[in-house]
Order: sequence, then C-alpha cells, then structure tokens
Amino acid sequence: MKRLNWKIWAGFVLSLVAGFSYELVFVRWPITRDFPWANLILFAVAVVLLFLGLRRAFKPDKRIVAKIFSSLAAALGVLLLAGFLFAVFVFGRWLPASAAAPQVGQKAPEFTLTDPNDKPVTLAQLLSEPINNKPPKGVLLIFYRGYW
Amino acid sequence: MRGIQNNLKTLSDEGIRAVAISVDSPELNRKYMLQDAGYTFTFLSDPKLEAIRRYDLVHTGQGEKGADVARPAEFLIDPSGTVRWRMMTENLFVRARPEQILEFAKQLQ
Repeated sequence: MKRLNWKIWAGFVLSLVAGFSYELVFVRWPITRDFPWANLILFAVAVVLLFLGLRRAFKPDKRIVAKIFSSLAAALGVLLLAGFLFAVFVFGRWLPASAAAPQVGQKAPEFTLTDPNDKPVTLAQLLSEPINNKPPKGVLLIFYRGYW
Repeated sequence: MRGIQNNLKTLSDEGIRAVAISVDSPELNRKYMLQDAGYTFTFLSDPKLEAIRRYDLVHTGQGEKGADVARPAEFLIDPSGTVRWRMMTENLFVRARPEQILEFAKQLQ
C-alpha cells in the first residue's frame, strides 16, 4: 500500500511558513523582529522533517518519482532558508556608515520639509509648537525608507 | 512605526512630538500613512533628500527603481535643537523600541 510521505510535505510547507511569516507576522513584535528566533526554530523543524522525508524517499523500495519530488522539495526548503538568512543577516546589514550623522550633544541640522497638507514645516517649528498646550520637551525624528 | 503609533499618547504626555521623515510625497503620506494605515503623527516629505543628506542618512539606490532613500535612524532632539539620544541601527530589521525612547524622554527636562 502506498503511503503519503507526509514528512517531506510538512517540511516543505513549514519552510514556506518559516520564510514568509517573518514579514507577515513576527515583524510586529520587537522580541521576534530584532532577532528572528521564531523563524529559525520553524526552519530547524522544517529541515529535520525534510531530512527524514528524504531519507524515507531514498529507501530502495521507493519509486524514482518519489525520489525526484522529495529532492526538489528538500532543495526548495533549503533554498528558502538560505534566502531568509541572506535577507536578515546580510542584506539587512547593508547600510551606509553615516559617519557624519549628528552625534549626541551636537546640534541637529535645521530643515524645511513638506507635510501631508503641502505646508512647509521647519525643525524650529516642530521644537516650539505646543503639545497638549505645553511647550514640547523634545522631537523624535524617525527617518525611514518609505512606503513601498 | 506601528510601535510609535501605539505609544503616541504616552509620548505626547511626556511632551515628545514624533515626526517621520522619508522621500515619499505628501500625497502618498496623506493617502497611505494617514488615511489607509491610520497614523496620526506628523509625516514629512523629503523627496530631494535635503534633510536626509544633511543628517548623512542617504542610502544610495535602495528605493524604487534605484532611487535614493533614507536609511532607518531615530534622533531625539531637545528644544534647544541638540541631539540627546539617537539610534543608528546596524540592521534594517532592528529598530528603536518605544520603551527605550520613553525611558530616555523621561529624563529630558
């Protein structure tokens, strides 16, 4: 009787989940975003399942189709893991040195930028306009890459 | 960004004004960040990278179609215009946590 090699399928699906759940789910909480341990655990389980499934598919009584499909699934799973590691640990660190960025204790450079209502806004304004009818204690500038 | 929005009340109670800066246009900020995403703090547009360049935060060729964008960075500036705290992340996926900022903000006069 033919039985489904569930380990290879589960391993493959789990590696998909491990690869894509970072962007979709785990990035929301600092604890799972700053270091992607949740995804790495999922990947570890996926790799074990893929390995076990692959071992089963390569038993002598299994058909060649099973061997090919299992190998493909395992290769894709490992590729996903490699892609994930690359994205988080290599691509994520490709940032400019920004050596001339203002240091703590230095004056923050003044600027005039446009708000969503097309009005010009200066840093001086941001630093002086009241918050809750009190003068502000500070302005938190958050530079980010953009919406896309 | 979502973390800042979730802590916006606490931040403004501390007298801290949150301001996000990117190369995105005012229309895009209005449509996507304010209307769709529901952010309620200030979003400023720097399409010519004037402020981004002055703060030395240009990340060359990393935007859409190879455009220049800002690398992620956060600065807390006091009313005299002096930088009191900053976070220059070494990894795109690691950002300042609102708790860190709040903790520091409490020490500001």
